[in-house]
Amino acid sequence: MSEPTHHVHKVVPPKVYLAVFASLLFFTALTLGVSYLELGVFNAVAALAIACIKGTLVVLFFMHIRYSSKLTKLTISAGFFTFIVLITMTMTDYISRAWGMW
Amino acid sequence: MDSQAIATLPEHEQQAHEHPDYVRHHFASADQQRETANFGMWLFLLTEIMFFSGLFAAYLIYRNWYYPAFVAGSHYMIIWAGTLNTAVLICSSFTMAMGVYSAEMRNRKALIRWLSLTLLLGFVFLGIKAYEWHAEWVEHHVPGLNFSIEDFTHVNPAYPADKPLSPDMAEKTQTYFSLYFAMTGMHALHMCIGCGILIFLIFQAWGGRYTNGHMNTVENFGLYWHFVDIVWIFLYPLLYLISRHQ
Amino acid sequence: MSTIINLPDQSTAKMPKRTYLNNEYGLKSWLLTGDHKRIAILYLISITFFFFIGGAMAGLIRLELLTPQSDLVAFDTYNKLFTMHGIIMIFLFLVPSVPATIGNFLIPIMVGAKDLAFPKINLLSWYLYIIGGGLILWALMAGGVDTGWTFTTPLSTHYLNTHVITAGMAIFVAGFSSIFTGLNFIVTIHRMRAPGMTWFRLPLFVWSHYAASILMVLGTPVLAITLVLVILERTIGIGVFDPTKGGDPLLFQHLFWFYSHPAVYIMILPGMGVISEVISTFSRKRVFGYTAVAFSSVAIAVFGFFVWAHHMFIMGVSNYSALVFSLLTMLVAVPSAIKIFNWAATLYKGSITFETPMLYAFGFMGLFTIGGLTGVFLGSLGMDIHLTETYFVVAHFHFVMVGGMLMAFLAGIHFWWPKITGRMYPEGLSKLAAGTTFIGFILTFFPQFIVGYLGMPRRYAAYPPEYQVLNVLSTAGASVLGIGYLLPILYLTWSLKYGKIAGNNPWQATGLEWQIQSPPLTENFVETPVIDHEAYDYDWLAYKTKHEVQTVG
Repeated sequence: MSEPTHHVHKVVPPKVYLAVFASLLFFTALTLGVSYLELGVFNAVAALAIACIKGTLVVLFFMHIRYSSKLTKLTISAGFFTFIVLITMTMTDYISRAWGMW
Repeated sequence: MDSQAIATLPEHEQQAHEHPDYVRHHFASADQQRETANFGMWLFLLTEIMFFSGLFAAYLIYRNWYYPAFVAGSHYMIIWAGTLNTAVLICSSFTMAMGVYSAEMRNRKALIRWLSLTLLLGFVFLGIKAYEWHAEWVEHHVPGLNFSIEDFTHVNPAYPADKPLSPDMAEKTQTYFSLYFAMTGMHALHMCIGCGILIFLIFQAWGGRYTNGHMNTVENFGLYWHFVDIVWIFLYPLLYLISRHQ
Repeated sequence: MSTIINLPDQSTAKMPKRTYLNNEYGLKSWLLTGDHKRIAILYLISITFFFFIGGAMAGLIRLELLTPQSDLVAFDTYNKLFTMHGIIMIFLFLVPSVPATIGNFLIPIMVGAKDLAFPKINLLSWYLYIIGGGLILWALMAGGVDTGWTFTTPLSTHYLNTHVITAGMAIFVAGFSSIFTGLNFIVTIHRMRAPGMTWFRLPLFVWSHYAASILMVLGTPVLAITLVLVILERTIGIGVFDPTKGGDPLLFQHLFWFYSHPAVYIMILPGMGVISEVISTFSRKRVFGYTAVAFSSVAIAVFGFFVWAHHMFIMGVSNYSALVFSLLTMLVAVPSAIKIFNWAATLYKGSITFETPMLYAFGFMGLFTIGGLTGVFLGSLGMDIHLTETYFVVAHFHFVMVGGMLMAFLAGIHFWWPKITGRMYPEGLSKLAAGTTFIGFILTFFPQFIVGYLGMPRRYAAYPPEYQVLNVLSTAGASVLGIGYLLPILYLTWSLKYGKIAGNNPWQATGLEWQIQSPPLTENFVETPVIDHEAYDYDWLAYKTKHEVQTVG
């Protein structure tokens, strides 16, 4: 094996899974509840923020990223980065077409 | 033979390594195989992220262009169905993670139980989704096939405070529903494929294929399943919870 | 003329007893193989087949353009010709050309592995390629597609009744072939390197393929979803790109070009990898600025994701966004230029010989530079208004893709032919073919810069009579070019049986692939190699070969 960064495999205990599971259900209830409040533009912000938290929990614990090698962490960052590039750079066109008069 | 040309590891040193029979010939060790397969699965998930990203980009643009239409469209979503589906998928992620744990603990019966639960939850999700789609078909909310703007130019009985849309903006609800069907459809397709693979995995698990130390396949399928769950975690607020307070 | 070719004594030389070609016989052993070398051969045969179909389309296009009127084919047929030419050449030839053939063959050997990380996925990728190619052929025979390879909406979604869906599905499937190849390469390069093979000891060929693979994995899925949306719009009528239903046709172009711009880097980066290897070998000198060349490959890949809207300057994007993309386009040219400078510096004070691969490499350097510079003209907003959608663009991309990439592909095929087959091709004939290709190319495509600058639009079957002379020149060049491409098919096939036995290292090159037999064993290495020297280490090679006796067979 050539890889000097030999990665030790860790077994995640079910207690962790249970805790994450409970949090995910809590955040689902939270996002449903928040959507009934009148927060103007922050409704979307809150919804996306909660979704990001939920997604992060799944990625870190259910998908074991918390315990993974640097390479795996870098790989996911690369994917996330490219996703952001697509969204934001496409938006530069749409936002600057009518400058807020959408 | 040119084997003196480059310094090489003498063959007999390699044979000192334990080579379980599930390790393929081009890998030096089971560890290398496991990490390689894991890395490969993550790269595949990257392609899936980018696959869905086009849909999210389209959603972002049209939601901003036609916000009232998106609100009106979202108000016709069956909120209990969407919320229940979210809970179902979160449960299925939990059962999948427990399945991976069972495979690591080499507990065949537990693995089969958890995988079967995951499959069941997957079917529940698809069932609820089918119910929703049927409802949308009945209500003439399917773009291109039987779409009608009737509902949107009149008051929505569930939201009497909402003003009905002008015909112009009501036409744009088609964009909302186009994205709704494209995104949930693509997601459902991935769920179907996942359920299919899960059936195969349960059979293999029954034969003990994953409880002998070789649990790569279960682990990597778990990654796929969790990813599909994450997509839904984002679809739920974006499609169902657009301004429920109005 | 001096040469570095060093063949074993032909009177006693024999092919090695056991190779990847003869360890198993029969059709099934090829169609169900996991051996990356056999899969590379399968790809080579397939892409050559599609190259000639695409080439036939090009021939018909040039024949039509001999006269100003549309007299050879009807307008619609002409549209189908350039569409099919584009789709076949890009998706079925250029994208897989070096990676799926030479890359598949060499990446495991160059990193010191027995095979790619996922041999079955490798075979699957070839089958997906064949299915994609089959679907294109079906679309062709059922009447063709006439949207242009760019499938611009709403033309492709609403105003045509040709086989857009079939073509879309074909490209979707072929795209997954590309994704799986890239995935395999990334994992192999990260996880299967032999002991001592650090990142900075890898040949630059591997770095280029790594960068191209990142683009394949991250970019191609966006094309996939875009095609799905077009197909959905054509079949059930959802209106994501339809203005009458509130959609924006320009959104299609954003999503399409988000892949298709990185796609051009997917196409050129592996060719640049070939050029690094060839220039080093035929100047007997390590590549100048290894780190710069390695990092510039990755930089091209990263920056390549930021510039896609330069294909859309006149399509209705906002001025400010166009400005940003134009600026970024200027930046993306820099890493490519770095490579050209480094190759030139490699040549400086090297012991240069002019074997066929080197001739193609020289052709690459000149023609790619011209093509690349004209890309900078197109990237500046003011010039682009005048030059876009004219033959200037056509000339630009043919200079980089044909003058650049196709020449690099031929350089690679000739350079590694002795390794793949164990036989040398006839050097005289191959030099003739290289020269013919170069002359034919210039004659075909240089007039197109002029005629484009003068205003002749692209994708038109008829044109004003004052452009005829340049068009006739271009068509004449195309005939010469065609001969230049036919010749290798003939002499390379001939060499399979009658070529000289090559031996392990006819070019006296560095690199792991030259230390093993030609053709290689199925498992590549008898024992796992341990690397203790840098890439392009000619001193190490000299030391190693000082006391070596060349035995073959």
